[in-house]
Amino acid sequence: MSSINTDQQVNTLPDEWTMILRPKRNLLDINLRELWQYRDLIMLFVKRDFVSKFKQTILGPLWFIIQPLLTTIMFTVIFGNIAGISTSGIPKMLFYMSGIVGWTYFSTCLNDTSQTFIKNASIFGKVYFPRLALPISVVISNLVSFVIQFAFLLVFLAYFMISGSDVSPNINVLWLPFLVLLMAGLGLGFGIIISSLTTKYRDLTHLVTFGVTLWMYATPIIYPLSEIPEKYQMLVIANPMTPVVETFKTALLGVGVINYGHILYSFCFTICLLAIGVVIFNKVEKTFMDTV
Amino acid sequence: MSNVVIKVENVSKQYRLGNVGTGTLSHDLNRFFAKTLGKEDPHAKVGVANRLDTVDGRYVWALRNINLEICDGEVLGIVGKNGAGKSTMLKLLSRVTAPTEGEIKVRGRIASLLEVGTGFHPELTGKENIFLNGAILGMTKKEISSKFDEIVEFSGVKKYVNTPVKRYSSGMYVRLAFAVAAHLEPEILIVDEVLAVGDAEFQKKAIGKMQDVSRSGRTVLFVSHNLTAVEQLCTKGVLMQNGMLKMEGKVHDITSAYKQMSVDENELRRSGTRVMEFQEYKMTDMNGRKTDEVFLGDDFKISATAKAKDQIDFCDMTLDIRNDSNEFIGHVTNADDQFEIKKLNNGESMTIEVAVKNICFAPATYYISLWLGNSYGTFDYIENCIRFTIKQGDNFIHRPYPFDKRAKTVLQSSWQFK
Repeated sequence: MSSINTDQQVNTLPDEWTMILRPKRNLLDINLRELWQYRDLIMLFVKRDFVSKFKQTILGPLWFIIQPLLTTIMFTVIFGNIAGISTSGIPKMLFYMSGIVGWTYFSTCLNDTSQTFIKNASIFGKVYFPRLALPISVVISNLVSFVIQFAFLLVFLAYFMISGSDVSPNINVLWLPFLVLLMAGLGLGFGIIISSLTTKYRDLTHLVTFGVTLWMYATPIIYPLSEIPEKYQMLVIANPMTPVVETFKTALLGVGVINYGHILYSFCFTICLLAIGVVIFNKVEKTFMDTV
Repeated sequence: MSNVVIKVENVSKQYRLGNVGTGTLSHDLNRFFAKTLGKEDPHAKVGVANRLDTVDGRYVWALRNINLEICDGEVLGIVGKNGAGKSTMLKLLSRVTAPTEGEIKVRGRIASLLEVGTGFHPELTGKENIFLNGAILGMTKKEISSKFDEIVEFSGVKKYVNTPVKRYSSGMYVRLAFAVAAHLEPEILIVDEVLAVGDAEFQKKAIGKMQDVSRSGRTVLFVSHNLTAVEQLCTKGVLMQNGMLKMEGKVHDITSAYKQMSVDENELRRSGTRVMEFQEYKMTDMNGRKTDEVFLGDDFKISATAKAKDQIDFCDMTLDIRNDSNEFIGHVTNADDQFEIKKLNNGESMTIEVAVKNICFAPATYYISLWLGNSYGTFDYIENCIRFTIKQGDNFIHRPYPFDKRAKTVLQSSWQFK
């Protein structure tokens, strides 16, 4: 009798099953290997986003450049000339554009990923794949547009250097890849937290649309950090995007100094945010179809 | 004994009724407090009656205590009425959503086909969509590339493969989508109603493809309202009703139980003033044994009991016989037999027996509707309440080959040389 029992137990060992679906799973049960198996899908999503964005447009990818260019001109006229906000001696166009290019990457990542569940409900409702594949693909496809805009910024920078402006990219440009990662991480982290919460409470979608714009004014895009009165500086630095944008400008334009403490803060913030984001996302993705 | 590849254990799924959003926060808080205090979930009191139209209780069980084992190589058909829980079941298995209770254990890779063309993007070309859709369904780029030609060939849209799919006709679109899905090669395939696409020729092709898949030894779960397709494809069946497994067994037993169920349930259309109404009715053979099968050329009887709720002086009764496509095929009335139905007083009832002779309709399924009334109006009319089948037999058809189904009736004839 006992021998039969043990035999049966061998047959039903849990590892014999490839998958067990349970109502709730461990919060930290995050299947990154599965995500890796779906890397082809992520890249195809990136391609889809890129191709579909410019189908049937005349200017195509030129739009990537037009958008920051027009915003820069606008900012130069309003904040630079009319309001007369200081740019620490950097040519206004260059100052604004470097801020805008960096910020745009972060904000599009945040905006697009925060809609993950709602916009893709029709796909998610019909087929399973690791849900995280979608926000990640969004971050990557935005990276493509960031690279194009960044190249344009470099052209701009070269033009100003040749015409004798006092800007000098320096060794700190080595920070750039890291900064891009931070921007992507922050955008993704906030985005997936918001998208997880919006499956039940749609209120957040309203907040995001204008919240991101407001956030931009709380980040040193149109003003240098040094212009902020001493007693408010801590507030601005608490914004994890501040060190990123500041370092971005310092590296490219050579004005100001790099504060490693601030960067470390942003880095830790990003890691925590991503960890929390992935845990929440992971919890929500299993049943969000019932509430979305 | 073959291996169990899917094991469903005590699975239940609860859904919220009504508008999600109002009061969600308060419910969530209530639940949270109850949970931290170790009490029962205050909003889960739905076990009351497992009907989808439960009014009290704002949650409903779409599935309740499902236990099911599916073996390697089985082709399982899941049938049931709308709202029986079939699709919820498939959603759980394909991991679109998680069960509320219980566990599902799976061995092998699952691909689900709950819809054709999931994730198709109108702006992308046919080729780009094949890759995208294939990847969404779980194929790698390499797998898709190796099957690309086959997929295009199967879909029959070769000429347009570099055109954005928004320019496709709806038929082309669906065919391309199905072609991708049909070339999946998972160990377990879950299919929901997708055969109902395309023209007749393509449907045939699709069913053929599904049969190939099942013959290759893979496990297939198939949900459909198309019972013919279920019978053609599946070996085993499961009948679901109100979120529960009602029956499990051979596919033909299941489909016939399902057909019977649709007749039995009170979804009969009934009309009339009801001053007199049917209480019981049945179909029997000439010896009075209950039956739902007759041979062509046979006789059968219908007996019906009716009760008057007022004084009834004049009354007629008719039988309407309709076929599967609801075409009116035959009509029988007591007036033809010059049989007068007796007067009834309030509260009196009677049983009438009608014998129908030499039934000469083509072998198929038929439905009888019963009517009671007079020239002033209908007392009671129950539509398609008796379902029966006519089989070929050899009463007066002696041809050695099957009866041509295009003909609706058979006429008795005699032949001679002159």
